[in-house]
Amino acid sequence: MVGTLPSVLTIDRSTYNAIVAHARRDHPDEACGVVAGPAGTDRPERFIPMLNAARSPTFYEFESADLLKLYREMDERDEEPVVIYHSHTATEAYPSRTDIAYAGEPGAHYVLVSTRDAVDTEFRSFRIVDGSVSEEPVIVTDVAVSA
Amino acid sequence: MAIEVRIPTILRSHTGGAKTVQGSGDTLGTLIDDLDSQHSGLKGRLVNDGALHRFVNVYVNDEDVRFTGSLDTAVKDGDSVTILPAVAGGAPTLPAVAGGALTLPAVAGGALTLPTVAGG
Repeated sequence: MVGTLPSVLTIDRSTYNAIVAHARRDHPDEACGVVAGPAGTDRPERFIPMLNAARSPTFYEFESADLLKLYREMDERDEEPVVIYHSHTATEAYPSRTDIAYAGEPGAHYVLVSTRDAVDTEFRSFRIVDGSVSEEPVIVTDVAVSA
Repeated sequence: MAIEVRIPTILRSHTGGAKTVQGSGDTLGTLIDDLDSQHSGLKGRLVNDGALHRFVNVYVNDEDVRFTGSLDTAVKDGDSVTILPAVAGGAPTLPAVAGGALTLPAVAGGALTLPTVAGG
């Protein structure tokens, strides 16, 4: 099933910018969140920044009650966590061993953002399935804005 | 009557794809034993060395069992149990980077050189 998933993350510019802005805002602590989308579509549509319960520069964790609320809400809306993102604030945007050990959504795009450089932000996407990591391209689409 | 248990995507390979299953028990621990007898391998994904795995969050009627006695949490017919993957992770800490640098170069980031600099 995982093999049939598209190995590319397609995300719109405003969601991309929102993830980067969240990571910059919480720097030097790690920022984390989800972009949910309709089940089965692989479309990241609903940006949901989460609180990092660890409030740490080297660890992030969704708070337990928030996690339950998030999944319940996605269930009610027939959504999935299409993107699960978090930032690394002093190291590269690549999944750490802790990230790999915890990765529990084989269908999700794991987005890593690095804010180690004050100007340039690294934004990379990975699949993490059964402990193995594969990077995938990120396509940022520009949504037409009407006046 | 039974206890309804919500299974996360990553564990549905053990339940034939089912999103919710039913089981019975007096505690979360005995409930998991019962579930494992119906869905082989499930217990191994939830329990490690007699304790709940840190990679999963388990709730009984919306209460995280970490605060109610973990595997000893009492359950009864009609309760609803939710299992979710913990969403957590983080950057390699300095000792972990130093220790893992030889075998996992891809994990190494800018912080990797710090211990060397400090030592030299």
